[in-house]
Amino acid sequence: MKNLFDTSTFFIWTAGIALGVILVIFSGIIYISTVGATDYFVPGKINRIQILGDSMILGQIISVQNVTDEFGGIDESILVKVGNREIYGYDFVRLEKSKIKKNNIDKNHPIIIERMQNGNFIGYLNGIVKNTDTIYFYSKPDKEVLLDLFDISNSIKSDIRVYEVEKIGNLNSKIDNIRRKINKLDYQSRRDNKAGKNELRQQLEEQIQSLESKYSEYMELIDELYQKSNSFALLVSDISGNNHIIPAINIHSYYYPNDLGIIPKIKLISKKLWEFVVLEPRESNTEGGIFPAIFGTVMMVILMSIIAVPIGVVTALFLNEYAGNGWWVKIIRITVYNLAGVPSIVFGIFGLGFFIYGVGGTIDSIFYPEYSPAPVWGTGGILWASLTLALLTVPVVIVSTEEALSSIPTEIREASIALGATKLQMVSKILLPASTPGIMTGLILAIARGAGEVAPLMITGVVKLAPDLPLDSTFPFFHLERKFMHLGFHIYDVGFQSPNVEAGFPMLFMTTLLLIIIVVMLNMIAIHIRSKLRQKISQGLL
Amino acid sequence: MKKSNKTFVEKIKSEDYSFYYNGKPALKNINISFPDKMVTSIVGPSGCGKTTLLRSINRLNDLIPKTTFSGDIFLDGISIFDKGVSTVLLRRKVGMIFQKSNPFPKSIFDNIAFGIKVNNITNDKHRIEFEVEQALKISGLWSEVKDNLSAPAMGLSGGQQQRLCLARALAVKPEILLLDEPAGALDPASTSKIEELIHTIKKTITIVIVTHNLQQAARLSDYTAFILNGELVEFDKTTKIFTNPSVKQTEDYVTGRFG
Repeated sequence: MKNLFDTSTFFIWTAGIALGVILVIFSGIIYISTVGATDYFVPGKINRIQILGDSMILGQIISVQNVTDEFGGIDESILVKVGNREIYGYDFVRLEKSKIKKNNIDKNHPIIIERMQNGNFIGYLNGIVKNTDTIYFYSKPDKEVLLDLFDISNSIKSDIRVYEVEKIGNLNSKIDNIRRKINKLDYQSRRDNKAGKNELRQQLEEQIQSLESKYSEYMELIDELYQKSNSFALLVSDISGNNHIIPAINIHSYYYPNDLGIIPKIKLISKKLWEFVVLEPRESNTEGGIFPAIFGTVMMVILMSIIAVPIGVVTALFLNEYAGNGWWVKIIRITVYNLAGVPSIVFGIFGLGFFIYGVGGTIDSIFYPEYSPAPVWGTGGILWASLTLALLTVPVVIVSTEEALSSIPTEIREASIALGATKLQMVSKILLPASTPGIMTGLILAIARGAGEVAPLMITGVVKLAPDLPLDSTFPFFHLERKFMHLGFHIYDVGFQSPNVEAGFPMLFMTTLLLIIIVVMLNMIAIHIRSKLRQKISQGLL
Repeated sequence: MKKSNKTFVEKIKSEDYSFYYNGKPALKNINISFPDKMVTSIVGPSGCGKTTLLRSINRLNDLIPKTTFSGDIFLDGISIFDKGVSTVLLRRKVGMIFQKSNPFPKSIFDNIAFGIKVNNITNDKHRIEFEVEQALKISGLWSEVKDNLSAPAMGLSGGQQQRLCLARALAVKPEILLLDEPAGALDPASTSKIEELIHTIKKTITIVIVTHNLQQAARLSDYTAFILNGELVEFDKTTKIFTNPSVKQTEDYVTGRFG
């Protein structure tokens, strides 16, 4: 035994085992999220299930669990996704295997219709309604006819979008602007304690009235379009034989899961994957994509890096090169190092108190008094969240930059000073370029910590569903006061706050996987830049 | 070796110069004058204060915290500690080579161009290129590196690196060159190259060299100072120091009886 400790073999083995355990845990995480996520993308077959008592159920089997029944025996509990939420009031049922009479794959070409509202419809397609005509399908549905129908409904849909998004959006922003002017007038007259410019106010009010009448005009038009769209629909029936009409405009996509060949299946999976990445969420985040969350996460991390790196680097330069080595410098250094260990929620509360109520509230009271009491900057937003996370990660940048600086030999400093360089020239032209790999290491660690952080964001600007991205095509393009969505928070919301947890499960796994992928990717980019910089430095090009 | 018979013109002069690290004296009342456009070597056992004296001349000791001094050092009759003297300008006039070669982690070209740029000698690209070439030619490195000036300086051999440092110091056209055991870490071949170099530049530049190698001091220098325990024991013509020293300690040292 003594021999075992004397040689390094023992420690090599211990280290190897530790590494192995970590790798196993990590691949386990990846495996579980991938398996969970596949449920979302790979269309499962639809089963026709007959239960004792002769009622029939049509649905996809999601999972099978062993449970103990009332007699102490072991039974299987089957979770079935039946869809049709508006008809049944639920879209999952749990069945005990012992109560199932018959269970086989439905061969009558059942269809899954993904709807914009109320989740999936699972049933049979019988025909279509087109204007006043009703066309019944007796054998296989006619593809041409269906495509035609969706062409019409899509054109109506885009018309509606033009009105809803562009025209009404424009109107709203105009009305908002005028309201703001009126508020400002009111505020001024209140502040100066004298009658305001009533004429101007009158004019503005009239403008609002004319805009509002236009608004109701548009609303009527939209109503008409919706009415029109209702007469283009699919005629479907559920397992009990009840007929339903689903307006084509309400349909996101449809497919026959039991009739899918391998190539259509792959096509369907890739389409779903693509939509998952580029679309916005629907149905309280349990359907659709997560694009706003990806966008919010990446933008917040970039903003955070832009804020944290310069502050961290300048602080490290000051501490290492200018501050000397007095006792108060030591205290500051220890404090900075310890900041890295402060729980992130503490930073969140600080961000809320200092940035949002302090800085944001002050900005509001100076620049936007007419909005009062509604806050503009005095509420959570992507800028405040990024600043809070920057505070959280800046110690990491400071530590690694200081390490890089102190690893530069004294001889190099002396050489540049002896050549007649000023201290600033030495710092900016010799030390800073030479320590860029260290700074990049700090950035990598900061990204790794910042991208996965949720707790401080929850109180500084992350929301379940943000109506607008913080970056868009309306002036001034960057809307840093806006609230945003974040993958980490999305996981928490879909997995634990959703009214329909089971429906969101695959989404939850997929989001987890995506968050891991994004963090890894951001890190890889930073590592790549660092190795490029190292190469440049070793070649003396920086 | 032929010694020049130039007249002794005082370039640098120290008056009662003492230097303390943390209150402990490293140099005690040094009074010495270094002659213009000649080579003066400073010899003495390790820790005697040679390097401290050398680094005082370009005020590089200012960088070390908790140091104090008394007395004065004059360059061309002007005190280098005068309030009106800028250390940046002083260090431009007084170049320095260190024992360990210390090229910047940059390319060969940028290493030399750095001094030219920070001293605002010229901003013209072609002038800089010309100056870099000149400096490399003087240091005898041009033929070896002219084809890959953009290669990293760290990739050169130790001797080449030291000559690069010399070229870097010469590029800013100093009046004085301080050499702190410039061949201390080099092999004999590289050492002799450095020594040849010192020979070629000494006609135009005042050189002060600290060395442990007594043969080197004898070969290179016109004057030699012997320092022991922070005190200047003897300062005279090199031939006199090595053949007929007036102080017993000097004789013991140059004959190898201690140190």
